[in-house]
Amino acid sequence: MTTSTVTARTAVSTTGVPAPARLRRRRRLARWGFVAPAVLFMLLFFGYPLVRNVVMSFQHYTPKTFFTGEAPLNGFDNWSAVLQDALFGKALWHTLVFTAGSLLGQFCAGLALAVFFTRRFPLNGVLRSLILLPWLVPMVVSGIVWRRILDQDTGVLNSFMDALGLDGHTPWLTSPHMALLSVILVNIWIGIPFNMVILYGGLQEVPREMYEAAALDGASAWRTFRSITLPTLRPVITVVLVLGFMSTVKILDLILALTDGGPADATQTLGTLTYQNSFVRLDFGAGAVVGNVLILISAVFAVFYLRANRTEGK
Amino acid sequence: MAAENAKQRARGRRWGSTVAGVLVLAVMLFPLYWMLNTALQPESGLLEVDPVPHGLDLSGFSKALDDQGGHLLTSLLVSLGAVVICLAIAAPAAYGLARFRLRGARTIVFGTLITQMVPGIVIANALYTSYVDLGLVNSYFGLMLADASLGIPFSIVLMRSFMQSIPGEVIEAAEMDGAGRLRTFLRVVLPMSRNSLITSGLFAFLFSWSDFMFALTLNTTDDVKPVTLGIYQYIGAHVGDWGSVMAAAVLSAIPAAILLVLAQKYIAAGITGGSVK
Repeated sequence: MTTSTVTARTAVSTTGVPAPARLRRRRRLARWGFVAPAVLFMLLFFGYPLVRNVVMSFQHYTPKTFFTGEAPLNGFDNWSAVLQDALFGKALWHTLVFTAGSLLGQFCAGLALAVFFTRRFPLNGVLRSLILLPWLVPMVVSGIVWRRILDQDTGVLNSFMDALGLDGHTPWLTSPHMALLSVILVNIWIGIPFNMVILYGGLQEVPREMYEAAALDGASAWRTFRSITLPTLRPVITVVLVLGFMSTVKILDLILALTDGGPADATQTLGTLTYQNSFVRLDFGAGAVVGNVLILISAVFAVFYLRANRTEGK
Repeated sequence: MAAENAKQRARGRRWGSTVAGVLVLAVMLFPLYWMLNTALQPESGLLEVDPVPHGLDLSGFSKALDDQGGHLLTSLLVSLGAVVICLAIAAPAAYGLARFRLRGARTIVFGTLITQMVPGIVIANALYTSYVDLGLVNSYFGLMLADASLGIPFSIVLMRSFMQSIPGEVIEAAEMDGAGRLRTFLRVVLPMSRNSLITSGLFAFLFSWSDFMFALTLNTTDDVKPVTLGIYQYIGAHVGDWGSVMAAAVLSAIPAAILLVLAQKYIAAGITGGSVK
């Protein structure tokens, strides 16, 4: 009996081999059909540019290249030219200051607001959603609005300070010493809503009982915040900071709209320098070098992000 | 009596928080108020602007519409195109990654996360030279494709996590009834995922509407000029005419404001869902 069933099964499977295998392959293809367009798109719009930038950084591009199509390889010429340029060091430093300053300001203000909105009061929801508006307006538009507000002679900020009896002639955007700080302040304003919303979401996840227990133990508000809120919020904080980093380090539109990288290159960052090299000076090789450095910095933080994401998924 | 007093004090404290909240909001939204205020005082030019507009002077708006109306339409067209491309590519992929056991699926999800870290200017750098070769520079379709890239990874992540929560039985039942994979996807999965589709589409629209970098780098003529680029070049040429510049800024900010009022639920879901999950 046993033998007969076994043979019967084998018989079925041997005769049926071509059909199920073909069917399975067809099914597998059908499944891939769902995913393939996205994979292709991402390879073309993200994978290819990454590779292409590395190659471009070893090529000599001139405005002529776009007529002749010729961009000869030139070894490390672009790299040594860019890295030896004093502007590169400046831009790198500005990028770090801009990113760190923006993150610190956005995060602290965002967290304070998130904690504030966990109180229950009338109109809480309406106020919370309206505060998102600065984040939703196109960044280049915000930049232009702020450029008007920060104008040294006719801007409202200086006339407001005048009215308060403070120095109302601050050259917010026109002095090399002030410009970077001003750009950072504007970017903090843009980033507060994003930080607030995510941190607010994280605060909702902190179990109520923990607060009740702390209150019973007579813990102070600050102590409760430090010992309960912050530790529970940690995964969310990591994600907020890393996402904030990723979006801040590459900002271009805000800086172009506010200062165009000036005055005297005081707000030039790796992002604007890539743009200037490639699209203003039309030296795509030099642009690619700066771009690659930008990618390298991002890659370091990508590792942090993926780690944070993995622990988050568990 | 004492209980009544305590209740009243608590209520007072709540309204106190509301007042504080309104003040915070006033500070945060002041620049946007100032944008509107300046737009309504077009004649002040390079002078200081009064704190409140005196009457409704809409000449700034009519000038802005004359100068930027076409660019607003371009923005609308390009953004809607980008939304269509984004959803058509991201929705099936999200479904495939959520439902089928594919070899390499983890690598693809990993890749999706990585793409969010590639600086846009780096993409533009490489894309420009290819766009020149392919004849996509200064074309609506080229800009739509580039703008779609801003929303696709985000949408895949968002919709995938949503589709994972659809009960497997529902999908199996549909397939049992003889519906093919595609039919099941179109007739069962997509309608059930409506909310995540709306959220993804909304964000794809906002990303594309706000895009400045691709508009700046992938266009060399005035043929395809979205309003973000239009305003940027406007201040270069009309620095004395802040009223019209700000009116154009107000017009370009209107979609964000409308979407926020109409779809705040989806916007909040998108900000948290697309990043934390």
